[in-house]
Amino acid sequence: MTQSAALQAAPREAGATAPAISLKDINVTFGSRRRPVEAIHDVSLDIREGEFLTLIGHSGCGKSTLLRVIADIIAPTRGSVRMFGQPPVAARTSRAFSMVFQQSVLMPWATVLENVTLPFRVGPQADAPSMDPMDALRLVELDGFADARPAELSGGMRQRVAIARALVTRPRVLLMDEPFGALDELVRDTLNVELLRIWKQTGMTVVFVTHSLHEAVFMSQRVVAMSRRPSRIGGVLDVALPDERTLELKDAPELGAQVARLRAMLDAG
Amino acid sequence: MKELTTISTIDTDDADALAGRRYTFPEEGPLRVALMGGMGLFSVLALWQALCMVLGIPEYLVPSPVAVLGAVRDDWSILVSAAGPTIVEAGLGFLLGNTVAIIVAVCFVYNKLIEEMYFPVAILIKTIPIVAIAPVLKIILGNGIEPKVVVAALICFFPTLVNAVRGLRAVNPNLLELMHVLSASKFEVFRHVRFFSATPYIFSALKVSVTMCVLGAIVGEWIGSNKGIGYLLLQSMYDFNAPRLFATILTASTIAITGFAIVSVVEKRIIRWNPGETF
Repeated sequence: MTQSAALQAAPREAGATAPAISLKDINVTFGSRRRPVEAIHDVSLDIREGEFLTLIGHSGCGKSTLLRVIADIIAPTRGSVRMFGQPPVAARTSRAFSMVFQQSVLMPWATVLENVTLPFRVGPQADAPSMDPMDALRLVELDGFADARPAELSGGMRQRVAIARALVTRPRVLLMDEPFGALDELVRDTLNVELLRIWKQTGMTVVFVTHSLHEAVFMSQRVVAMSRRPSRIGGVLDVALPDERTLELKDAPELGAQVARLRAMLDAG
Repeated sequence: MKELTTISTIDTDDADALAGRRYTFPEEGPLRVALMGGMGLFSVLALWQALCMVLGIPEYLVPSPVAVLGAVRDDWSILVSAAGPTIVEAGLGFLLGNTVAIIVAVCFVYNKLIEEMYFPVAILIKTIPIVAIAPVLKIILGNGIEPKVVVAALICFFPTLVNAVRGLRAVNPNLLELMHVLSASKFEVFRHVRFFSATPYIFSALKVSVTMCVLGAIVGEWIGSNKGIGYLLLQSMYDFNAPRLFATILTASTIAITGFAIVSVVEKRIIRWNPGETF
């Protein structure tokens, strides 16, 4: 098996035109019956396979909630979610997706390697495709740290471990909830570029949540701007930037123009 | 006078310099802790010894530290043979009480109904003084090792139960969310997350109960035994043998301190992460 073949995501049986994730009329209401708080209102969205899509909005706008609905952590009050035609529970148990959180969520008592191999030790194993955990660590350039404990790593390195743990099951979809939100800007820049490289290598579908306009535009093919609570889709920006994204692009005027368009969309919502 | 002190300081400094050495006292670290603690203990013992000598307190009332040391030397074989049964009873009680406490804690955490029904019962048992339960246990379990083990176990039970319940609940909620996304079963969550989250809490309870179980065994021996530390304490009291009484007390604390040290070493080997940290 060649290196690039080893990095390929699971074989896909769905047609190229079928969406990877399909959200129809999603409504989420929190709180009691007496004082309901509507977090998401009638959101419908199709996410193409292999796409890098970002959800952006003001804090508390429900973008993380929407991601958690896709991840089967929160059940929608109304509406339907389909991932490759499956309901979210089936997608979750078949390991169709992985999730990366804002915190790295590592077990402090376990080594880096033990953390990365956690998905192999819990849950239904079935015939799920998988990656050599050392290959996953190599992908995030941490193969020298397999025996280190999380406390010995920097925040950025811990987040890379979390990404390796997400990749090791070869998910077709990667859900990322403000994965670099707790990191300083320089580390965030580096990890942005690395994530794009991994996304290209694996061909995964990535759904990314952030509240940074620059990060959203720099990373994505499409950015979904969400309005304030109750959250609905305020607009969708097709990012008009070349496919090849380098760090220089972060300061380029083209990116600034896209950011301005996105900002206008968010303000309108 | 002032001049004199100054001169004398210079003198001693010079003496040190001449001898070619400097006394350095550690600023921090375990050596300092041991040295300072040792000095404190020594000062108390010295005061005790001085009071005994100055006031002429008879040995059968309050023996001096030197007399107690003499008793340790003279009664060494008696003390060692009394320590044996007490160590066995305390150790078995420690294992029994803590094992049951941890199992009950797991049941409480995984079944709300069981917790609601039986946590009040556990508190009720806790409120009964252990010396009051001991005679009951003697009637039920007889004169053998059993009532002593059970008293020791009872005394360990409650602190470990409370801490284990707290520890099993003190899980980083993000880790639970991750385990949900990985479709982990309840048992897998326990095995990989809850268990480890709880260990620091359980160990702090074990460090309390390891000293308490010695007390439990002694109380058990008081209500009916012809061997062990508890028996030797009573016997020395009836004999008005105060030095041996104190030597027996010293033996009991040595057992408890050794237990504490063993649990601390095991804790250090098992918990190699900082329990306060979440990533």
